[in-house]
Amino acid sequence: MATHQANAVLPDEPEKATLEGKNKVLGFWLFLGGETVLFGSLFATFIALRDQANGGPTSQQLFDMPLVAAATLILLTSSMTSVMATLALHKKDLKKIQLWLTITVLLGLGFLALEIYEFVHYVHEGHKISTSAFGSAFYTLVGFHGGHVAFGIIWIILLQVSAVKKGLTVVTAPKFYLASLYWHFIDVVWVFIFTVVYLMGMIGGKVG
Amino acid sequence: MSAHASHAPAPNRSGLWDWLTTVDHKKIAILYLIAGGIFFLAGGFEAMLIRLQLMYPESSVIGAKTFNEMITMHGTTMIFLAAMPVIFALMNAVVPLQIGARDVAFPFVNSLGFWLFFFGGVLLNTSWFLGGAPDAGWTSYTTLALNQYSGRGVDFYVLGLQIAGIGTLIGGINFLVTIINMRAPGMTFMRMPMFTWSAFITSGLILFAFPAITVGLVLLMFDRLFGGNFFNPDAGGNVVIWEHLFWIFGHPEVYILILPAFGVISEIVSTFARKRLFGYSSMVFATALIGFLGFMVWAHHMFTTGLGAIANTLFGLATMLIAVPTGIKIFNWLLTMWGGQIRFTTANLFAVGFIPTFTIGGMTGVMLAIPAADYQYHDSYFVVAHFHYVIVGGLVFGLFAGLYYWWPKMFGKMLNETLGKWNFWTFFIGFHLTFFPQHFLGLMGMPRRVFTYLKDQDLDVGNFISTIGAFGMTIGTILFLVNCAVAAKSSKRAPADPWDGRTLEWSIPSPPPEYNFAQTPLVRGLDALWIEKMAGNKGMTPAEPLGDIHMPSPSFLPFLMSLGLFIAGYGFMYHVYVVVAIGMLITFACMFARSIKDDPGYHIHEDEIEEKGVKA
Repeated sequence: MATHQANAVLPDEPEKATLEGKNKVLGFWLFLGGETVLFGSLFATFIALRDQANGGPTSQQLFDMPLVAAATLILLTSSMTSVMATLALHKKDLKKIQLWLTITVLLGLGFLALEIYEFVHYVHEGHKISTSAFGSAFYTLVGFHGGHVAFGIIWIILLQVSAVKKGLTVVTAPKFYLASLYWHFIDVVWVFIFTVVYLMGMIGGKVG
Repeated sequence: MSAHASHAPAPNRSGLWDWLTTVDHKKIAILYLIAGGIFFLAGGFEAMLIRLQLMYPESSVIGAKTFNEMITMHGTTMIFLAAMPVIFALMNAVVPLQIGARDVAFPFVNSLGFWLFFFGGVLLNTSWFLGGAPDAGWTSYTTLALNQYSGRGVDFYVLGLQIAGIGTLIGGINFLVTIINMRAPGMTFMRMPMFTWSAFITSGLILFAFPAITVGLVLLMFDRLFGGNFFNPDAGGNVVIWEHLFWIFGHPEVYILILPAFGVISEIVSTFARKRLFGYSSMVFATALIGFLGFMVWAHHMFTTGLGAIANTLFGLATMLIAVPTGIKIFNWLLTMWGGQIRFTTANLFAVGFIPTFTIGGMTGVMLAIPAADYQYHDSYFVVAHFHYVIVGGLVFGLFAGLYYWWPKMFGKMLNETLGKWNFWTFFIGFHLTFFPQHFLGLMGMPRRVFTYLKDQDLDVGNFISTIGAFGMTIGTILFLVNCAVAAKSSKRAPADPWDGRTLEWSIPSPPPEYNFAQTPLVRGLDALWIEKMAGNKGMTPAEPLGDIHMPSPSFLPFLMSLGLFIAGYGFMYHVYVVVAIGMLITFACMFARSIKDDPGYHIHEDEIEEKGVKA
């Protein structure tokens, strides 16, 4: 622990204070660029297949606005709380970081619970990955996002627990910062899922 | 940095354990080279069996089923498991040295990238012993690649390439960050050596191309293993989605392969002409433009799919546009040689042999870009001839050139020039004998991927010559291996600067010490070392005083993480979810350990650096 004593006075923007930190921030932005292509490909596939219900339930029959709206509200709020954590990071206030991240994690868990409930409900309605091309595309896209949320929750909890011992240093600050970037990214993806999958799925029938 | 880091002792490393845990980019380069080289030999062996089967009409050397497996594995192995890793070998060996860096940005990720590629490749190749290799072609088009028509082999393709693909992706991110953040003082972007530029743009292409194939492979995996319907037309699926995803990745992939070769040729032509590279800034511009246009042309692989006349026309035109920056490069290489004091070393022979060969491949590429004509060429040996001219005549010549050029820097030994010249001429003549006749075979109607042909249809002679040529390439490859063995046995050390080089890697010993540069060099222009030589200086001017050097610790975690995914892969294939759980647990436990345990690294002390005889 002697390693971190010298960091008692943290520099401004501690996440980018060292070359390692700068590398991590840049590398993570690039990684998110790759993730964008990943989700872009999934979206394109979904759009191509969303009307192919193969006699199974269609999106108009399945989707339920209140549930999805609640999930959206929860996830977007968690995006704000993760910003609050980053702001606290810039004020070098570990207690506030922990507080805001805890709220973020709780909201994330709430979102996941709703999503799991939603999936179970759909399966009971006969909407499975093997029902139709629409089913495959839906679960893959939304499930990929859900998997990202779950990974983010575990990651943030891990960072929170290890920060109790390590404190806020130039080593831990970039990790908090990246987790927050990641969390934003998956929220932005959700905005597109909400629009492309749910809103477009609820209005109108087949295009063309 | 050294002020607050604890002083762990330099780790004790020896033998195998050292290689399994290394995070040194120079050692990772050697790992990539050895693993890629072994896969290259496997892919070459498969190619020989293909050519033996096709040597005579109506032959039954390996038969139709094995032939399908051979063509699939030959293509997949050569692209993903041989060409990519050898490119990564050169990038790892050279890029940090050329930009004056002590290491890459993420040494741990670098090692992880290697082990993911390695285990992915091994997983794919174990299919030979577990019920047959994939046999749906290297493009693995659906519906052929679905369960109804293809065996378990395709599962190996799907999972092996996913694991290897993640490795390539993180390798690409690592080089992007390295080149952006780790350049020595004075090394501006427009002073970077051409090979580093090509590595930079190739890494960018990797970043934006590989996620598309990852998605394609995931969808195919869901269809094959979990009852998905993406590509099953009976349940509303659409097979063309696979073609799009594959080629949105696949076309940038061919530029991922060729751009580093362009970089290698630029370095070598310039060094052995003793001239500055002609039109450096236009070279940079052309490389970037090729990278950009590379994403705009994927549907030229799908002209016969039926996308319509407008789409075909636009993609055809965009494809032809690529001939412009490529032409710029060809003329720049020629003008670099013009009036130079040319030395025909083996490296330069390969580089000079590359230029006309690649030009022929580029020219047939423009022919294929014409949609109306492509309906005739499509799926014929004309296409086979075209892409072997650009991938073997382009990339493989470039890799041989690069290996002869940088071998002394990588291993501290020189490759033998006489053997090297034999290597070049046998490989060069063998190559043209193999693939030149295939243009005509294709134009006469011989289809790709068909295991035999009838006699007396004017296909006999061309196929026979082609197979003879393949023996020539085999001899060339064996001579290269002999040359490696001779170099390894020789006790003669290579000098730091055997070729009278122009760039930073030649300013440090061969092989370089683990910290590369005792003092970070100050770069004063393009061809940084050459500038100092011309100014009469003995070496680079240091940009910092001599001091302790911080190094990252070696780690076994990358190996374990990749092993976990390797194990989980088999669990997915055989639907044994306990095995999946064990594999994923290993991987996640390693990620967990990596996250909570900070790596303090260790220091090499100032006096140790001087003891090792590096001038201050």
